[in-house]
Amino acid sequence: MSDVLERTATQDAKLRIIDSDIHPSLRSDADLHPFLSERWRRHIAEYGKLGRAPYANRIAYPRLAPNTARRDAWPPGGGPPGSDLALMRAQLLDLFDIEIGILEPLMPSNLVRNLELSVALCSAINDWQLAAFTTQESRLRASILVPFEDPKASVAEIEKRVRDRSFAQIQLTSRSTEPIGRQRYWPIFEAAAHYGLPIGMHIGGEAGHAPTAAGWPSYYIEDHHGLIHSMQCQATSMVLEGVFERFPTLKVIMIEGGFAWLPSLAWRLDAHWRKLRSEVPQLREPPSAYMKRNLWVSTQPMEEPEKPEDLRRILSWIGWDRVLYASDYPHWDFDDPRYAFPCRLSEAERRAIFRGNAEAVYRLA
Amino acid sequence: MFSGYRPIDCDLHPMVPGMKALTPYMDAFWADQVVERGITTLDSQSWPVASPKTIRADWRGPDGRGAESVAQLQSQVLDRFGVETAILNPLYGVQLVLNQDMAVAFTRALNDWTRAEWLDRDDRLRASIVLPMQSVEAAVEEIERLAPDRRFVQVLALALGENPLGKRQYWPVYEACVRHGLPLGIHAGSAYRHPQTSVGWTSWYLEEYAANQQGFQSCLASLLTEGALVKFPELKVVLLESGVTWLPAFLWRLQKTWKGVRFEIPWVDRLPAEIIRDQVRLTAQPLDAPAEAVQRILDHLRSDRMLLWASDWPHWQFDGDAALPPGLPEALLPKLLRDNALATYGRIREGVPA
Repeated sequence: MSDVLERTATQDAKLRIIDSDIHPSLRSDADLHPFLSERWRRHIAEYGKLGRAPYANRIAYPRLAPNTARRDAWPPGGGPPGSDLALMRAQLLDLFDIEIGILEPLMPSNLVRNLELSVALCSAINDWQLAAFTTQESRLRASILVPFEDPKASVAEIEKRVRDRSFAQIQLTSRSTEPIGRQRYWPIFEAAAHYGLPIGMHIGGEAGHAPTAAGWPSYYIEDHHGLIHSMQCQATSMVLEGVFERFPTLKVIMIEGGFAWLPSLAWRLDAHWRKLRSEVPQLREPPSAYMKRNLWVSTQPMEEPEKPEDLRRILSWIGWDRVLYASDYPHWDFDDPRYAFPCRLSEAERRAIFRGNAEAVYRLA
Repeated sequence: MFSGYRPIDCDLHPMVPGMKALTPYMDAFWADQVVERGITTLDSQSWPVASPKTIRADWRGPDGRGAESVAQLQSQVLDRFGVETAILNPLYGVQLVLNQDMAVAFTRALNDWTRAEWLDRDDRLRASIVLPMQSVEAAVEEIERLAPDRRFVQVLALALGENPLGKRQYWPVYEACVRHGLPLGIHAGSAYRHPQTSVGWTSWYLEEYAANQQGFQSCLASLLTEGALVKFPELKVVLLESGVTWLPAFLWRLQKTWKGVRFEIPWVDRLPAEIIRDQVRLTAQPLDAPAEAVQRILDHLRSDRMLLWASDWPHWQFDGDAALPPGLPEALLPKLLRDNALATYGRIREGVPA
C-alpha cells in the first residue's frame, strides 16, 4: 500500500518526465493549407487523400471512441482532441510536469497512395508541427514525418529538417507496403544513422495488406491486437535483412507496440536462426544481439500480466535502459505516469524509464 | 528416456513423395487431370524440402527426402522413443489449392493415402483429418466421411489460411468436430492467400517461419473474439508447432484490451485467459526459449494442462535424442508426455484402460 501512497504528483514532478508519445491533431484540413501548394490543396479538395483502405475519411475498424480519444480531451472551444495546445498543457504538460514531449502526428500522409501527394503532405505536416506547436511551446518536440514509400524523397525531407533542433526523431509507421528492413528503404536508415537521429516507429497505418496472415478479422479488438504483429514483423525484418549489421549505430524506438513479446520473439528468432543461418549469412550474431543493441520500446499500452511482478522479469530481459515512458495523450488508453506501472519500480528504474532513457536516445538538445 | 513414460507424440508429418502417390486414391477424372496437366508435386513453400528445418539431416534418405515410410517413422521415432501413440499431421499442399473441386479431390486422396499407407501399417498411429477449408461444406463432408474411423482423432487446418478461423462461416466445421469428439488442430503453414505478415511478403524463409507466431495469435484472437470458443465449450483447439512462448504476452495484451473494449464482443463473458486455458492446447516442439527461461514461461502460462509433447518429426527441432525441450521440470512430465494428450483427445483415451 505504501507504494501506492508514494506515487504522488509531487514525486513525479521531481522526475521531470519525458513523454515519447503525444498525438497532435489538425483543427481542420485548413490548418495544412499554408504549407501545401495550390495544386495539392485543389487535389485534396476534389479527391481526398486516397489510401489503402476502404473508407475515404476513416479507418477500416471503427474505434471504440470518437477519434480514439479520451472523452474529456475534446477542447471546449471546438476542434478534435490534440488540436488545442492550451488543453494539452492543462491535461498533460502542466499536470504531470512533463519537461519534454515528443509529437507523433498520425494522419493520412505517409501511406497515401499517390506518392507525390504523400511527399507534399509529410512536408506540410512537418511545417505545421513547428507552426502550431513547437514554436508555441518549448516543451514540445516534433518528428520528421517521411513519405517512406519514396525513400529518395524521404531523405530529402530529412535533410530539409535535420538542422532544426525542434525535430527529435524520424517517424515511421509500423505498417508499410513491404517489410521495412528491405534494402529499398535503406536510404532512410542511412540518413538516420548519418545524422544521428533515432527512428521512432509508431504503431499503425493502413498499408493494404490484411492485418493478419489469414485475412481480414472482424473486430477492432483483433485489429488492435494485430497492430503489434506489424511491429514484431518490422523488428524481425530489420534484423534479418541486416539493417543493423549495415548501420550498427541506428536506434529504432518502437512506440505504442507493447514490449512483453520481445523476449519470446528474440528466443524464437535465435532458436530457428541456429538451424537456418545458411539462409542469412549477412547476420554475424544471433538476432537477439541486434535486438538488444538497436531497439528501444515505449511503455504504453503495456501488457498486464496476471502477476504484476512478471512484468519486471520481462523488463529485466529487455533492459531497463531500453524502455521509454509514453502517455499516448489524448487517446482513450492514455497512461497516467503515476499509475501506469502495475509493478514496483526502484527509484533508479523510474528515473531511467520516465526520463533518462529518452534523454539518451532522442535528439533533444 | 522420458523417465520411463510411454509418450504420446502429438505432431508428426508423413511426407507425400509426389502426386503419383496420391493418384491411386482419386477417381479417374482427377487422376487423369494430375497426369495431363503435369501436376507432379504440391510440396508447400511453407516446408521447402531441402531446407535444414524441414527434414533433420540424419533423417533424410539418399535422395534428400524423408518421412516417406512407416519404417522410417518406426526407427527414427516410434521405436526409438518408445512412443505409445502418435498423431500424423500431413502438411502436403492440398490446402493451398485454389480450385475448390480439385482441393476436395486432392484432400480426400491425401486422407485416404494416410489411412492406407500409414494407419493400416502400425497400430500406434493415429491421424488428423486434413480439411479442405476452401469449402466449409466440403470440410464438414470430409469429417462425416472419415469420423467413423476412430483412428482419425483430430481435424487439421492451417494457421495462415484464407480467413480468420473464428469467422462464423467456419462454425459448421466446429459443430461437426464437437459432434464427433475431434479437436481442431491448427498447424503452422500458409495457404498463401495473404502475405505472411501484415507488412507484406517476407524475404526469408526464417522470417516466414517466425511469422507463424503472429499467425497463431491471430487464429486464437479470432476464435475467441468471434465467440467460437464460447459457443462450443467442448471444442478443444490444438496449436501445432507454434513455438509456445508467445502465449503469455499475447494473453496479457488481449485480456487488458478486452477489459477496455469488451462491449464490442459481449458474448465473451469470461476472462479470455480462462477460456483459452480451458480449451487451447499447444505442442511443445519447438519450445522457443533457452532452457533457463522455460520455468518462467511455465509460470506465466499458469496451467500445467496446456502443453502436449511432440517430436515434430521430421522437422529439425532437436538433435540426437533430445526430444524433450531442455528446462522442463521433471514434475511436468506425466502430464506433458501423456495425461494432457489423453485429456485432449477423446479418441485416444478410448483405447486406454482407465
